[in-house]
Amino acid sequence: MADLALQQQLDPVNPPLVLGERDYHGITKDVAQIGEGKTPKQWYIAIGITASITGILGLMLLYLVVNGIGVWGNNSPVGWAWDITNFVFWIGIGHAGTLISAILFLFRQKWRTSINRAAEAMTLFAVACAAIYPLFHTGRPWRAVYWLFPFPNPALDMWQNFRSPLMWDVFAVSTYGTVSALFWFVGLIPDLATLRDRAIANNDKLRSYIFGTLSLGWRGSAKAWKHYELAYMILAGLSTPLVLSVHTIVSFDFATSILPGWHTTIFPPYFVAGAIFSGFAMVMTLMVISRWALNLQHLITMKHLENMNKIMLATGTVVGYAYATEMFIAYYSGNMYERFAFYNRAFGPYWWAYWTMVSCNVLVPQIFWFKKLRLNIPVMFVASLLINVGMWFERFVIIATSLHRDYLPGSWGYFRPTPVDMLTFFGTFGLFLTLFLAFVRFLPMIAISEVKGIMPHGKAHAAHSEVAH
Amino acid sequence: MSQLFPRLTDKVLRIALGVVGLMAVTGGGVAAYLLHPEQVDTGYTPKQPIAYSHKLHAGDLGIDCLYCHTSVDKAAFAAVPATETCMNCHDRVKPQHPEIIKIRESYATGNPIPWVKVHKLPDYAYFNHQAHVTAGVSCVSCHGRIDQMIEVKQVEPLSMAWCLNCHRNPAASIRPAELVTKLSWKPDRDPAEIGREIIAAKNIHPPTNCSGCHR
Amino acid sequence: MSSVDPTLVQLSPNSEPRKYWRSLDELANTPKFRDWLHREFPESASELVDDKSRRTMLKLMAASFGLAGLTACRRPEQKILPQSKGIEDYIPGKPQFYATAYTQGGVASGLLVECHDGRPTKIEGNPRHGYSLGSASAFAQASLLNLYDPDRAKYPMKEGVRMKWDDFTVFAQPHFAGLGQGQDLRFLVEPSSSPSLAAVKQHALSKYPGAKWIEYEPLNRDEAIAGAQIAFGQPLEVHHQFEKAEVILSLDFDFLGLDSPTILPVKQFSNARRVESKEDHMSRLYVVEPSYTVTGGMADHRLRSRAADVRTVAAELLKQLGGLTVLNGATTPHGRWIAAAAKDLKAHAGKSLVVAGPRQPAAVHALVALINQQLGNLGQTVTYTKVADGWRPQLEQLKELAADLAAGRVKTLVILGGNPVYTAPTDLALADKFKQVPVSILLSEQDNETAAVVKWALPETHYLETWGDALAADGTPTVQQPMIEPLYEGKSKSELLALLTGYKDKRPYDIVRNQWFASLPGDKEKAWRKALHDGIVESAPKAAPVSATPNAQKVSEAFAALKPAGQGTEVNFFASAGAYDGRFSNNAWMQEAPEPMTKLTWDNAALLSPATAKQLGVESGDLLEIAVGGAKTPMPALIQPGHADNSISISLGYGRTRVGRVGNGVGHNAGAVRTSDAFWFGSGSVAKTGRKYPLSHTQEHFSMEGRPIVREATLEHFHHHPDFAKHAVHVPKLFSLYDEHTYEKGAQWGMVIDLNTCIGCNACVVACQSENNIPVVGKDQVARGREMHWIRLDRYYSNDPNDPQVVTHPMACQQCESAPCEVVCPVAATVHSPEGLNEMAYNRCVGTRYCANNCPYKVRRFNFLEYHKDITEVGKMAHNPDVSVRMRGVMEKCNYCVQRIQEARIAAKADGRRPIRDGEVKTACMQTCPADAIVFGNINDPESRISKLRKQDANYGVLEELNTRPRTTYLAKLRNPNPELA
Repeated sequence: MADLALQQQLDPVNPPLVLGERDYHGITKDVAQIGEGKTPKQWYIAIGITASITGILGLMLLYLVVNGIGVWGNNSPVGWAWDITNFVFWIGIGHAGTLISAILFLFRQKWRTSINRAAEAMTLFAVACAAIYPLFHTGRPWRAVYWLFPFPNPALDMWQNFRSPLMWDVFAVSTYGTVSALFWFVGLIPDLATLRDRAIANNDKLRSYIFGTLSLGWRGSAKAWKHYELAYMILAGLSTPLVLSVHTIVSFDFATSILPGWHTTIFPPYFVAGAIFSGFAMVMTLMVISRWALNLQHLITMKHLENMNKIMLATGTVVGYAYATEMFIAYYSGNMYERFAFYNRAFGPYWWAYWTMVSCNVLVPQIFWFKKLRLNIPVMFVASLLINVGMWFERFVIIATSLHRDYLPGSWGYFRPTPVDMLTFFGTFGLFLTLFLAFVRFLPMIAISEVKGIMPHGKAHAAHSEVAH
Repeated sequence: MSQLFPRLTDKVLRIALGVVGLMAVTGGGVAAYLLHPEQVDTGYTPKQPIAYSHKLHAGDLGIDCLYCHTSVDKAAFAAVPATETCMNCHDRVKPQHPEIIKIRESYATGNPIPWVKVHKLPDYAYFNHQAHVTAGVSCVSCHGRIDQMIEVKQVEPLSMAWCLNCHRNPAASIRPAELVTKLSWKPDRDPAEIGREIIAAKNIHPPTNCSGCHR
Repeated sequence: MSSVDPTLVQLSPNSEPRKYWRSLDELANTPKFRDWLHREFPESASELVDDKSRRTMLKLMAASFGLAGLTACRRPEQKILPQSKGIEDYIPGKPQFYATAYTQGGVASGLLVECHDGRPTKIEGNPRHGYSLGSASAFAQASLLNLYDPDRAKYPMKEGVRMKWDDFTVFAQPHFAGLGQGQDLRFLVEPSSSPSLAAVKQHALSKYPGAKWIEYEPLNRDEAIAGAQIAFGQPLEVHHQFEKAEVILSLDFDFLGLDSPTILPVKQFSNARRVESKEDHMSRLYVVEPSYTVTGGMADHRLRSRAADVRTVAAELLKQLGGLTVLNGATTPHGRWIAAAAKDLKAHAGKSLVVAGPRQPAAVHALVALINQQLGNLGQTVTYTKVADGWRPQLEQLKELAADLAAGRVKTLVILGGNPVYTAPTDLALADKFKQVPVSILLSEQDNETAAVVKWALPETHYLETWGDALAADGTPTVQQPMIEPLYEGKSKSELLALLTGYKDKRPYDIVRNQWFASLPGDKEKAWRKALHDGIVESAPKAAPVSATPNAQKVSEAFAALKPAGQGTEVNFFASAGAYDGRFSNNAWMQEAPEPMTKLTWDNAALLSPATAKQLGVESGDLLEIAVGGAKTPMPALIQPGHADNSISISLGYGRTRVGRVGNGVGHNAGAVRTSDAFWFGSGSVAKTGRKYPLSHTQEHFSMEGRPIVREATLEHFHHHPDFAKHAVHVPKLFSLYDEHTYEKGAQWGMVIDLNTCIGCNACVVACQSENNIPVVGKDQVARGREMHWIRLDRYYSNDPNDPQVVTHPMACQQCESAPCEVVCPVAATVHSPEGLNEMAYNRCVGTRYCANNCPYKVRRFNFLEYHKDITEVGKMAHNPDVSVRMRGVMEKCNYCVQRIQEARIAAKADGRRPIRDGEVKTACMQTCPADAIVFGNINDPESRISKLRKQDANYGVLEELNTRPRTTYLAKLRNPNPELA
């Protein structure tokens, strides 16, 4: 550890992104071994826990489908509550992955390499969790699937309502999910090949066949690399607009309505910024854990973490700005319903939710103005957790507090979550973590080939150079 | 290092992929076709408790539909006749015929004859015979040539699309109201033309909005 | 009517079809039938479409969306069961309407009952009946559910053991034969105006001259009659002409609400209040009352006063009017208020009206007679008619019975109707006394608390099951026709009495027919048929008004003799808007219908003013213990702005222990502290228990937050600025992004609701519930904000929080021309019809609830759970077959009773394809509205009533500034305050 810190001090301006005395082979070994060695007991314990939490999710959804969404706290006027809150929350989380891989890739941000793989995986798992909600919040998912999927129905001779933002969601989210998955997989191919070769070397039949199939016969020939680079570039190009479009469209669910507090033109940028914000927070949480658990300090360096903290500071501030704008516009509009909606957010029955949101999302990231704190792992870990809490409350504040008091006071109400609400949400974390643990165990969580690409060249063939001496 | 997979693997995989894709598409198509009411519901010919022949009564003997289905032009439902109606003739006609004996039994005991329903509309859909019959939609448009059926059989899908098709361009199925029960009616000129005239005269505009049928 | 109805076989496949019809019984027992019942799904959606089949199919659908394919392999076989023998002029599926009579407090309201295939499904007022005029109260309409109550008294029971009627007669006939003069025989009877029952009664009393006939009703009008006794020296029934009165002062009289057995006062009052042009005038209403009633809600000036202080207000008023002074010392702080009212009343002498409520002591009624005489109103706005001979205050009679019971002077007790054990004053302790009686016989619809203590509990028929008759308040004979054969083994009062006493006629039909037939004019058979058709015997003479002058001397004596208001907190007893006196305790519609002022459901509570609450240190939801005399009862507190200080109000009919699955244990029993000397109100004490008790409201926020929702002005302001409502909010020219519907052609439906005449009585809520198969969700779901009512009555308070004014705002789907809900539904389950309806296709709805979120009026209702699953087979008989029953996960809302529109359209087409006439389609709410505040019709027809109303200056749309273009608009609320008090 000590020498790592030293190395960083040597070049504070532009510290190397890979530390320690590693050569190419070393990198490969570090990453690949995670999956090859004997599975550690801790892993079994961990996945055991997360899997049982996923089980809770399953039970809750079954219970929901059997009884209807009355088992949740939703009511009239609060037709959407934790369900859509969690949907938006998870979709938001799902943003960092593709952002890191695609946009930072196009901007040639080398530091992305050691975190992009994990971030992409995280994206997929988050989208999976998110997808649960639009489906199950109807209480009759089979109907949702049947009607929401637009196909020519000769027996009915009618179509979906393409004016509805929910319809747009269906397309936006599914596209995003598909492209992210492709992008992730294509990125994996060379590393899968590497794993295959190592498996053959250790003549581990099973692994070699599995990775052999998955790597689609990758040989690493120059030609293959050329195609690969191109494909990767194209996918990056494709997913970049998606990063922005998905949450833009999700925000339309609210922006196009007439509800005070929803009906706001600021939502698209506001939501995207928030999504990136929460996404990075989640990456940070996971990275801090895994680099500690899997000793990847030399690959996921302080530089990575610091950069992510900077981004959180930036996006967090953007979000804060958005809150301020909302408030001002509500006042400036002179519309009594708008004014009340925002007054009610800050000082109504849900004031605590609003102020939790503000303190977590606006105040917390401000600490990253200080380099000391940017480089302090416990601090950034706690901060990242708080930010995710804050971002969940942002969605809750927007959805529930806008709904519970709208135009006619006679119809005002209040929302209280039920245990089923809570356990369902809890369960989605189980699903998310289970998938992530499985990923960490069986696939290279760091892009071996890419990391090699950014290594300081002097070290590339350390072993051989020694021979040369 | 040794070859993990035989040379052809790649080709095989690609072909396999193509095949799977193809199967998915065709499978979906086939399913869609098979699940369509056209296939599901048409041709439904349940066994009736009494071997009553519409061909004999409505066709050969030429009894008007309204003789039995009295409320067809008065109400939503073209009531299935009471056993009494059968008895109007059958206390004299073929009283000893085994099927007729069932009828007389029902008449004597007061137990209804459990006829099996043939034409079933989708749930939540309300159909009104009166509205259609008085507008000049013939029985034949939905029930087919009942007068030629020994066992009643569903000939139309009765699907929403099928209903809408006629509601959107009714001309072809509109005829003078007094002729609705003349299943064999063949106009000397284009029926659509006649239909259009009647539609103009009666100003018929069939609803195509939800509440036309769904409440 | 009482036909063998095949549909019922389908309605009740494997559940007890035997219970309904004797002839069905036979049918259900044939092995062949049973066989296929079990072999097949017999829920046949035959041509007689019934909801059950639909729901069963829905369940199948729910099983899997792929089922469509599976059913194809073998689709569930469904049966059509035509009658074996046809029934004359009965067309399957066509509803039929029959006239009958609903009786409350012994007074008849005429009804028209809609029957589908032999089962009553909807109750409406009889337009021919002078006390209904087409409208029906919430209670009258909800009584339908009592018919289908699964917990009704069904069979004769002897000490809890099921018996046959034969067993009873075998016991009864010799027993009653051996009663001799009947010295130890008593009849305890629900008061009734039925002439045919009176005839049987005469027969019974002549057969048993020693027997006594006691009448008792927990909510009676005795004090009013006794008041007349004091003033005029004879017991008289008082009648008011609210329509003729230009100034009305009500002393603790909820004449628009629970204190009137019929809806006539509402009709009269609203006619006098309706303002349709700036020339129109409206009457003025002063109200003095302890608790906030719907009458108080309509008041132009309301004085909150403890019930015991009302008398001083009355006395002061008489003094101000220049009448004699009867105030014995007591003074009132409201001198100015009373003076102004007095001046106003005087100014309208002969066209004014002062009324007192049944809760006020006789002396106050007598005093009011004096006041009206002073004002020259007698014979003008107030008339008196004779009551039946031998009238005695019921409480007196009941006390006497209690004494006889205690002394063991009663060997045989026959209780006809009612539930005395629960409703009688506690100090009489009837329950124990009844147990001592050797032979006690109860005839009751409910299996109730009284049934638990009698030897024989016999089932009584519901009024829709048997023949009967009753008199309207003006004496108009009203025929009670059965709609359906008794579902169980019930008998009517007169039927049982005839059986016990060997009356000449045995069958209810004969008893009633022979009562009237002789007296009918002309062709008797024809006249009889007409009576049945119209529901009334027009030829019969009306009760003649008695002209008498009140005796001031007697009145002031009686007034002086009034026992003074006691110390401590005043406890008031009211009828409850839900359970009335307990007879609707097991009626889910009434339990869930929100109490008009507090919006409380599924409970009663101790209402108290904010000041009193502060003083006692309680808040809403605290469980109190209320004590009167020795008796105690727990009761949750509920703060009611505008309630009189140092006084609480509790309503009767709750805390039932034996009534059925709906009513058992709902609320707390106010009757437990109702004693014979604190019968209407008395002084008691209130203590905190420290415990909390959850209350479910349908509305939680009662302030309008300064928003232009209900737009209100004084009559005077309106005369100067008739279009004030239009200027309450600026509506700029608005455009829609989407291409807009055009509404030029054909019928364009709309609704106008007159906020000025709506009293907020719940009649429309129940009508809608009954017409549209709206489920009841229960206390817990209401607490979660999931009530399903398609029309809700929002209640807003204004001005002083301690003494506010209230307005009611009926809110149902506004059928927006550019509806926010339609755009956002992903599956196009809610779309617009060319006639301007915002339609719901239930089978298309997937339940995203996006439409509800985007509805600014929040009138959409979502089936969060399967709310219909607890409905029993017999309960399903109440469903309207023309309307789908929605499953869970489906959004629903008001659709202007589209089924009625379709029906009218088809009828109009069949009838020479003419357009639908104005007034031909009436939505359920419009049809029943006692105040005629709701008008529905075609706004494209310039001659229609609605388009005239929409042209009025006072007409406005709520939230129009959102460009929703609501089809439902409102006429602004007006008040007519006295300038001197303004």
